[in-house]
Amino acid sequence: MLYQILALALKEFQAILRDRQSRLVLIGPPIAQLLVFGYAATFDLNNIPVAIYNQDNSYLSRELVSHITGSPHFQLVKNIQKDDEIAPLITTKKALMVVHIKSDFSTEQAVDYSSKVQVIVDGRNSNTALLSLNYIRTLLIDFNQQYLNDRGQHPPPAVLEIRSWFNPNLLSRWFIIPGIVALLTLVVPLIVTALSVAREREAGTFDQILVTPLSPFQILVGKSIPGIVIGLVQGTVIIALTVLWFNIPLLGSIGTLYLGLTLFLMSTVGIGLMISSLSVTQQQGLMGAFLFLVPAVILSGFATPIANMPELVQDLTYINPMRYFLIIVRGIYLEGNSYGDLVSQFWPMTLIGLISLTFAGWLFKHRMY
Amino acid sequence: MKNISEAIIQLKNISLSFTLPGRIITALDNISLDVKAGQITGLIGPDGAGKTTLMRLLSGLLRPDSGQATVLGMDVVKSPQDIQSIIGYMPQRFGLYEDLTVQENMDLYADLHNIPVSQRASRYEKLLSMSQMAPFTSRLAGKLSGGMKQKLGLACALVSPPRLLILDEPTVGVDPVSRRELWQIINQMLQEEHISVLMSTAYLDEAERCDDVILMHEGRILDQASPDDFSEKMHNRTFVAHSDTLSKRHLQFRLSREPGVLDALIDNDDIHLVMQEPVSDGLPLFKDIDNLTIHPTRPHFEDAFIALLKKNPVSKTTSIATTNLVDKDKTSLSTEDTSNNISKDTTESIIKVDKVVRRFGDFYAVKGISFDVKKGEIFGLLGANGAGKSTLFRMLCGLLPVSDGRVEVAGHNLRTASATARAHIGYMAQRFSLYTNLTIKQNLMFFSKAYGLRGKKQQERIQWALDEFELEEYLNTNSNDLPLGYKQRLAFAAALMHEPDILFLDEPTSGVDPLARREFWQRTNALAESGVTVLVTTHFMDEANYCDRLIIMASGTELATGSPEELRSRFKTEQNPQPSMEDTFIALVESKTQQGQQS
Amino acid sequence: MNEHAPAPRQQSFSPQRLKGIVRKESLQIIRDPSSIAIAFVLPVVLLLLFGYGVSLDAKHVPIGFVVDNPDANTQSFIGMFKHSDYFEPQRFITTHEAKQALKARKIFGIVRLRSDFSDQLLSFGEAPIELIVNGVDANQARITEGYILSIWQLWMSRTAQEQGKPLHIPVTIEQRVWFNPALKSRNYLVPGLIAVIMTLIGAMLTAMVVAREWERGTMEAILVTPVRLKEFLLGKLIPYFILGMGGMLLSVAMAYWQFDVPFRGSFSVLFFASALFMLTCLGLGLFISTITRSQFVAGEISILVSFLPAFILSGFIFDINSMPVVIQWLTHLVPARYFVDIIQSIFLAGNVWPIILKNCAYLILMSAVFFILIIKKSHKSLE
Repeated sequence: MLYQILALALKEFQAILRDRQSRLVLIGPPIAQLLVFGYAATFDLNNIPVAIYNQDNSYLSRELVSHITGSPHFQLVKNIQKDDEIAPLITTKKALMVVHIKSDFSTEQAVDYSSKVQVIVDGRNSNTALLSLNYIRTLLIDFNQQYLNDRGQHPPPAVLEIRSWFNPNLLSRWFIIPGIVALLTLVVPLIVTALSVAREREAGTFDQILVTPLSPFQILVGKSIPGIVIGLVQGTVIIALTVLWFNIPLLGSIGTLYLGLTLFLMSTVGIGLMISSLSVTQQQGLMGAFLFLVPAVILSGFATPIANMPELVQDLTYINPMRYFLIIVRGIYLEGNSYGDLVSQFWPMTLIGLISLTFAGWLFKHRMY
Repeated sequence: MKNISEAIIQLKNISLSFTLPGRIITALDNISLDVKAGQITGLIGPDGAGKTTLMRLLSGLLRPDSGQATVLGMDVVKSPQDIQSIIGYMPQRFGLYEDLTVQENMDLYADLHNIPVSQRASRYEKLLSMSQMAPFTSRLAGKLSGGMKQKLGLACALVSPPRLLILDEPTVGVDPVSRRELWQIINQMLQEEHISVLMSTAYLDEAERCDDVILMHEGRILDQASPDDFSEKMHNRTFVAHSDTLSKRHLQFRLSREPGVLDALIDNDDIHLVMQEPVSDGLPLFKDIDNLTIHPTRPHFEDAFIALLKKNPVSKTTSIATTNLVDKDKTSLSTEDTSNNISKDTTESIIKVDKVVRRFGDFYAVKGISFDVKKGEIFGLLGANGAGKSTLFRMLCGLLPVSDGRVEVAGHNLRTASATARAHIGYMAQRFSLYTNLTIKQNLMFFSKAYGLRGKKQQERIQWALDEFELEEYLNTNSNDLPLGYKQRLAFAAALMHEPDILFLDEPTSGVDPLARREFWQRTNALAESGVTVLVTTHFMDEANYCDRLIIMASGTELATGSPEELRSRFKTEQNPQPSMEDTFIALVESKTQQGQQS
Repeated sequence: MNEHAPAPRQQSFSPQRLKGIVRKESLQIIRDPSSIAIAFVLPVVLLLLFGYGVSLDAKHVPIGFVVDNPDANTQSFIGMFKHSDYFEPQRFITTHEAKQALKARKIFGIVRLRSDFSDQLLSFGEAPIELIVNGVDANQARITEGYILSIWQLWMSRTAQEQGKPLHIPVTIEQRVWFNPALKSRNYLVPGLIAVIMTLIGAMLTAMVVAREWERGTMEAILVTPVRLKEFLLGKLIPYFILGMGGMLLSVAMAYWQFDVPFRGSFSVLFFASALFMLTCLGLGLFISTITRSQFVAGEISILVSFLPAFILSGFIFDINSMPVVIQWLTHLVPARYFVDIIQSIFLAGNVWPIILKNCAYLILMSAVFFILIIKKSHKSLE
């Protein structure tokens, strides 16, 4: 029995790996995606293009300006001389932000001990706008404190001491890259399995298998093994790259990570085989995989928090195995979660895996025309 | 009429090769030929001979590496567009858009040929009436039967009256009635519009109807002559043999092993013999075989084809395995004595089909078919495309549940049977379902393991398959890159890996050239002789003669069941004292439609 | 052979042949459910998913409070959070409890007010407020920090006012957010998504339908007719162009009516720019189809070179300026990048001619390159 399952699994591997094109699909895109995602998918801002319109030209204003231009987050693109220069800079996206210091800036300071600086931001990309506002605000708090200290005056009465756990420098790369482990181990095994039964149906070999003494259960196991093994190998390569190349801390136990990975792959492969058994042609299999992948990735918390979604959509995410695995990966990487912390994430994935695999096995025999 | 003798196609020293990763395939090897205008020229040859390449070259789709080719006086390299304006071309899969209707397909080709709208109505009417498609103009091409698709493909190629019509295997997979209609259309066009036709075909009886035949092999031309000239060369080499004591299958088996015999095949009730050399003085002698009556006969066109190809065993493709199964594997195949015993012991029904029905929605694909197959029999399922034979076949193998009725194979319904029951059957699907990107070795390894063979036994069986089917040479070739004949051998080998008692073969010879077909039937006969029960579907009517008994199906119902002799004898007439299986089939279908009209 | 009509003289461009191909292609689109699905169902699904499912705007973020010594001051501080839409304060007695809740992902951050909070506040000492956030999602953490920072500042100046000791903050910000004052992420995600959808229809669908003709053997039959290559290509382009523009109109309508994204530019400019972008995508799709004849490979390549880059490298979600220089350079090869720039501006800012003209110029250049490559690479033969 085991012998026949292994024979089938071996054949699946041979079928996948012999073809140069499909080998490339397994190796090339995941690595490329890891690199591109790893570098391109970031919410951190650096080099915010800023233009400064200093009408005051006092010591104070010059000090403020040098504070801004000295920050690594900001990059001065232009010193504005006239009012009507502001609008074109923002609308044409040459500057994301204009800092406008009006001519009464220093006189205000002398009279009210407080002066206003106007900051104009391009709100077209709301996230970028929000973050750049945060940067300038933090910068000003710094500036104020230093200013008061220099003059021996009282700093503001309450000081906010901010600490961020798990990711002290708030690098979004630390957030995105462990997510890519989940993303890539979802995509490739899903496509491999989604095509496996459909390909055989199209070629007519699936009939050939069904008339052999192999039982649907054996076929199911034999067809699942390659997806899981490929996922594990790929996962290992990606995990190694995240630690060695991108220097993401991996605090938790590798064993727990692999347990999570295996369960996740089981559910992925189950869904892939289900899609595959429902499709008659490879095209349908690919389409089905695609139609599952896009919502699965978007509604997983990969890039945007599930908590920000409407309630109904949040409920929908409970049937998405990637939701659980993302929590597991990030928990193990950054928070150092143990097995006990993550049990509540393990069992739903197992359940999804078992249900989808059972259904796929049933479909082998009952969808035949 | 002076144009008739003029050459419509002229090829001078044409060569063409394709580069595949790692090797170069010479598809056309220094070919020179002329094709005369105003007649039908047939292009025949085994699979991979270069027929399709040649036709594509003439249509301006491929450029030759060297040499000169002209069609209607125009050079194929310099003015392909001009050639394409005045030829009609039908590729192997008819080139139809399956999601367009009959009318829309014809409109498309009319548009592409810039036919003014005013001229279309009369042309459409003529084509539709000729092809009897008028009632179906609003049907999607994908919903047509194989025969209708082929007629539509032809109509599309004829929308703009061409001067040359190029047809690439127009009759593959099409039933005899549709083939007959296709020929009627072609002949009518030939007479009324004086077109010239170049067609490739796998059916040698079709080649016999051509005015001129070109025989190709491995990119070269072996011969070009009229069919009569071809047959003439076989003078004094063909005979008919009959024995009262031996079964025809057994007799064929014995005769094919006699020295001097080039080929022996079952022809209706007798054995048709082709000798290696002409026997000018009387009859060939076979001392070992008793009660043999033998007399000369008119050569078939096919005999010439076989003889020519066997004379050129340049590659393994053409070398028919005249060696037999019995020689090599005494364990799986019995000797003569036991085979006689088995063929006598035909009382036990091993496959039982009882009033089986299969519904798809409102559509009945199989409407209450019943038959029994006895142990050691070759039982045939015959019918046109869409007759329901594949559906029935799939139900027998347990791949499809029955809607009503009962099927039983060796006492089990294979759909619910345990793995052990399935271990006794062998299955060869239509289109040679193998793992195309695995090598021969990998395919055989997988199937042997799937049937639970292991260790020494497994090695033995794989070695047997490699020897028996002469696959050793291609051991590490991807099965996708094999010639069609080899694919069929491999599929057959895979189905026999575990020495099954019952063999299911679905259209095993479809698209395979005559040489490979013969080879295949030789093996199947030997298997049946050894006691294996064989259930086979086919749409080649001449192959029905290999069956012990057969059922003829049309639109899901049974037309007739019986032995080939019995069925043929029903349609014996004075004009046709020896009706062929094809005549029988057509007569059966026609009587059925008559009944339908009466009721 | 006099009865033979002379072969019709075939001119080098025939409107009738073009019409034939266009009609055939249109009928196939109408009858193929997968084309309709990609052109109309997928955009709606994606828009709904993104419009409702994806949001970077934090709301009701659960924050734990640990107050060592509750009094009126701490009360008023927490009150500020209660009245904000952004937060949902929860009280914890001990820091340990709060930390457990943070670890269990029940709360997103902890604000701890130490026992000397009020004393320090009155004496103008430093009233320490500790803030711990879960930094796993760095973006979310940073946004939350920003919100807390502004609440804290607001509270400080109010308290100072009440106590009659105006706070001395030398420089304060007066912020003005142009184009999207409420900073709704939907307003930029939805227009950007239209670019992704059009890429999908233009490149992926087109690449696959040409491959399909090869796979089904219809290409061979079409090639052996008098049809010219340009007629064939144009005949394919026109229906898919219309289909893609249909998908675009549907998406724009949904963005405007369903998601209330402001539309400040002129529609005719958007239409013109979309047409250019559609051409570029079709060019890309046809180019892919000249490389491969298998639908599977065509689908695979088009996901890889059109869909994924349109998602990640177009500036649709991730800011291009913040990417490493090499990757920024790479984004110039992604047509969607130019269109995202155009469509976000037309929706939110209006007809910003410098942006529109510059990006249109890039699109024209790219489509020209694609079409030149296509014409160079395709022949009317099987080689």
